[in-house]
Amino acid sequence: MPDVAFWQGNEALAHGALAAGCRFFAGYPITPSTEIAEIMAEELPKINGRFIQMEDEIAGIAAAIGGSIAGRKSLTATSGPGFSLKQENLGFAYIAEIPLVVVDVMRGGPSTGLPTKAAQQDVMQARWGTHGDHGTICYAPSSVQECYEVAIKAFNAAERYRQPVLILSDEIIGHMREKVVPPKIKAKDLLERKRPVDVPEKFIPYLPDPRDDLPCMASFGDGYTWHITGLTHNEWGFPTNSPEEIEKMMKRLMRKVDRFRDDIVEYETALTDDADILVLAYGSVARTSLRAVHEARVRGIKAGFFRPVTLWPFPDRELEKLARKAKTIIVPELNCGQMVLEVERAVHGKAKIVAQNLVNGELFKPEEILSVIEEVA
Amino acid sequence: MPAPEVFNWLRTRFFPHIWCPGCGHGIIMHSLLRALVGLDKKKSQTVIASGIGCSSRMVGYIDACTVHTTHGRSLAFATGIKLANPDLTVIDVMGDGDCAAIGGNHFIHACRRNIDITAIVMNNNIYGMTGGQISPTTPSGSWAATSPYGAIDPAFDICKLAEGAGATYVARATIANPVQAEQFIKAGISNKGFSVVEILTHCHTQFGRKNNRRTPIDNVNFFKANSVPLNKAKDMSPEELAGKIVVGEFVKKSIPEYTEQYQAMVKRVGGLKDGK
Ligand SMILES: Cc1ncc(C[n+]2csc(CCOP(=O)(O)OP(=O)(O)O)c2C)c(N)n1
Ligand code: SF4
Ligand SMILES: [Mg+2]
Repeated sequence: MPDVAFWQGNEALAHGALAAGCRFFAGYPITPSTEIAEIMAEELPKINGRFIQMEDEIAGIAAAIGGSIAGRKSLTATSGPGFSLKQENLGFAYIAEIPLVVVDVMRGGPSTGLPTKAAQQDVMQARWGTHGDHGTICYAPSSVQECYEVAIKAFNAAERYRQPVLILSDEIIGHMREKVVPPKIKAKDLLERKRPVDVPEKFIPYLPDPRDDLPCMASFGDGYTWHITGLTHNEWGFPTNSPEEIEKMMKRLMRKVDRFRDDIVEYETALTDDADILVLAYGSVARTSLRAVHEARVRGIKAGFFRPVTLWPFPDRELEKLARKAKTIIVPELNCGQMVLEVERAVHGKAKIVAQNLVNGELFKPEEILSVIEEVA
Repeated sequence: MPAPEVFNWLRTRFFPHIWCPGCGHGIIMHSLLRALVGLDKKKSQTVIASGIGCSSRMVGYIDACTVHTTHGRSLAFATGIKLANPDLTVIDVMGDGDCAAIGGNHFIHACRRNIDITAIVMNNNIYGMTGGQISPTTPSGSWAATSPYGAIDPAFDICKLAEGAGATYVARATIANPVQAEQFIKAGISNKGFSVVEILTHCHTQFGRKNNRRTPIDNVNFFKANSVPLNKAKDMSPEELAGKIVVGEFVKKSIPEYTEQYQAMVKRVGGLKDGK
């Protein structure tokens, strides 16, 4: 690993994944995420990792889940149309509790939309894209350095909580080049799934460990035999129709993210102590927003900045505290208003919320956000 | 009753199974288990993946590393497992709908890659689980829930599809000859490459009911009366072969296997330092 690098966001993400211990990648090419696959194709064989280009994105995530079941930290990466195709098997990974990292480098939609232009239109799909209830862990990096860092966090969370973890990057972050200082990673910085302690004869694959409510995971080939299914199952991993067993499985799945919410949630603030106006933004838009907030301060406006690093779980309590002091929260997004719904839910009327939306394929200019700040000031 | 060493591969804890009494899928499970015992496979080193359907529910009852995936996608999961750990024996069981409809793309690409997986296609010419709708192998003219006026869709020949797509072992048997099915499964597992064993079976509940093969035994008799061994079929005209089921080994060839090729590449680029 170089001490300092000058990388694109996608490159940093790929290198971060490798540093996190990712040893399996399966995917299908799509702009603007393809560089991640290309780097994995080049790097993984050199460390006896596995790379495979599959026949489509459905197969890409399926193979990545297979890689994880066989014991390798696995990644798949895609963009809009491919993210749609991955939803079915993403649900499989949720219900079967398979650690996995899925990257979506967002571009404009719907459908083929704007392959080479930035957007943030997949925020709600990340939360609700696959059918059925589940908790979601989703990071949104806003710098190239952070692409590297969230890759490591995402793999750790996937292993720790035994579920797929998403990274929503966007075309701007994915393709912009910045200085990166890769943090030195020690073995203790990397989490691994809990292996079973019981002998194979006693192993109950979905029996939660009372300490953290999470089951241990054996890899295929480890000496254990067990059953994995996408059907609602009991602690043996066997399909069930019993209302008690169904409820038990669903409640435990849903508890995961809730129970560890405080460990997972991440956000960043600037100049919020005395802020009357907050600008809440994530991903590439956070960069422009922070600049606008600084400009507003120069003009004597008490503006502050709030950036969720985890879009899901959303830092609702933290935002709510600030909203008690702020009069107005501006939410600029490269979509027609998605995260703003979550902001409204978190703030429930304590501050006025102003959505600022852009869907013409361009990015915000700082002066555009500044002018909204000035309007509401 | 199966032999004790075969019985030992069953998760009897999960019985009774979900299949209708007399369903052909159980005969295929028995053939598969005899093949695994005959090949002296270890349960913890044997992976059996499946898709969704009555056929795919088989894996829940087998004490091995089993994964019941999503409809049609099992070969993509199995590909990931095999590539991640090539030491594992990987088998994939699926229905005709799984294999040839929703999973058709994964099927041809698994054949093309020649990855060392044995696909067992449990072809009952119908969507059993969802109540008897036509599948890509339903013979034209058959009656089904979604062909109330008779199917007009032509059917796939799964073995020809597999051969054309590059599978290195392709064979067909019927449940009327479970010993042959077992032999072909053994040969498929022993082949270092992608193997397809199509086993014609019946869904008397959904297909038989509407097509004059109401009971399991009607179906066994039908398979017996209409199976033609490959060496005999070679001398028959297309007219004579119409409606017949050609059974036998269609492809047996040896070309480099995917995970071996992958390991060779890893070696070439100096990647063999990092453990497994
Ligand atoms: C994505 C998706 N589409 C549809 C279904 C519904 N479905 C379940 S099984 C099945 C067909 C099963 O037929 P086959 O693969 O031939 O297996 P069989 O039941 O006949 O053994 C279908 C369409 C599903 N589970 N998932
Ligand atoms: S519905 Fe058909 S395929 Fe399914 S278990 Fe019954 S007989 Fe077998
Ligand atoms: Mg069928």
